[in-house]
Amino acid sequence: MATKSLQKLGSDLAQSNKQIEILSNGIFKTGELPTFKDKISETSQFPIKAKKLEILQINVGYMCNQVCDHCHVDAGPDRKEIMTRDTMRQCLEVIKNSGAHTLDLTGGAPEMNPDFRWFVEEASKVGITDFIVRSNLTIIRANKKYYDLPEFFKKHNVHVVSSMPHWTRGKTDKQRGDGVFDKSIKALQELNAVGYGMPGSDLKLDLVYNPSGAFLPGDQVAMEKDFKKALMDDFGIEFHNLFAITNLPIARFLDYLIASENYEDYMYSLVEAYNPAAVENVMCTNTLSISWDGYLFDCDFNQMLELPVNSKSRHISEFNEELLEGRNIVISQHCYGCTAGAGSSCQGVVA
Amino acid sequence: MSKPYYDAADLRKFGKITEWSEELGTKFFDYYGKVFEEGALTAREKSLIALAVAHTEQCPYCIDAYTKDTLQRGITKEQMMEAIHVGAAIKSGATLVHGVQMMNKVNKLDG
Repeated sequence: MATKSLQKLGSDLAQSNKQIEILSNGIFKTGELPTFKDKISETSQFPIKAKKLEILQINVGYMCNQVCDHCHVDAGPDRKEIMTRDTMRQCLEVIKNSGAHTLDLTGGAPEMNPDFRWFVEEASKVGITDFIVRSNLTIIRANKKYYDLPEFFKKHNVHVVSSMPHWTRGKTDKQRGDGVFDKSIKALQELNAVGYGMPGSDLKLDLVYNPSGAFLPGDQVAMEKDFKKALMDDFGIEFHNLFAITNLPIARFLDYLIASENYEDYMYSLVEAYNPAAVENVMCTNTLSISWDGYLFDCDFNQMLELPVNSKSRHISEFNEELLEGRNIVISQHCYGCTAGAGSSCQGVVA
Repeated sequence: MSKPYYDAADLRKFGKITEWSEELGTKFFDYYGKVFEEGALTAREKSLIALAVAHTEQCPYCIDAYTKDTLQRGITKEQMMEAIHVGAAIKSGATLVHGVQMMNKVNKLDG
């Protein structure tokens, strides 16, 4: 298991341009596999265009209490990029004036941003009712100051979406670190205790499954059934839905694929599983990603690759919904991750 | 002569068998796909059976394919190994149950 970010380790792959280079060369350069652009062109789906904005996904910082093997953010305790209250204020201005109905907070561990609660409260005041917080669960148990997060989430009717790679301790801890499984179970029980994830409850608790290695996620419905049975039988835990998400070949997961000599096979798997129907609903068509320092991206993955939106409106301070709507989405080979099989997005399958 | 008989990359080319016998190849892949669909057995159960049989058949391509397939279905390594033991038990049982034939023959010849 990793203990430091690639950035801290001084790895080449901490540089986004190095990642783009890998994804553009090799089997894609030689034509052994088609580039994503060529593939979607086969079905006349190039360029992918942004539709009406529905979800603002704000990355409030890369700091995290965990260092997960697959993390596309390369997040960890050593990452210092944190959104300031000033940038949050600019986001609030946009929320007030845009058509976006959902605020999706991610990180890092978003709760570690010192202004996290302030931001949720202020966004609540300006009328946002649909909040998503991507919580890693263990943060709730990491320090006393986070113990009341379930109550805070409940107060603002936050939709909690949490990573849970497997229903067994071994597979979970291998990917996310020793002790993560037990802490996650405890956190889920605490969320259940305040009403989260219970059948018929409005307090939404969904889990995210992503594979622990160089393979694609299985059928979301079947996985959900297995997760529900195991978590109920073993721990009496309830949750609403499971989102099966494909690991995209960037950052730490790309590093792992290369080091374990799985990169080419994995790219083959992604290309073989390409599903044109998934292209129709990729999340970049209705979501805008905002980085800790206020820049705009088509998705959180493009944010990590530092591929800015293809628009004159590139920063939250110059946000212009009209300019952004209909923009061409910036693509590269990592996009195959969102179009494999039933597709993959932060809300689970899309096709 | 240093080239191995099996090349893991050949598994990707499996579909090409259709090129030299289109009708039979296509019928085979249609059948194959249908077999693994959810039915009276779940796709998960079928995947575990396939993993066990892949081992009794000692097919390296099948082992690669169904190890990945079972992983994708969230099947644990303990479950995978138990499935292989089921295959192994049937293989060894099939050997040993022929011991009865040997015993019958001995009793007849050397009674």
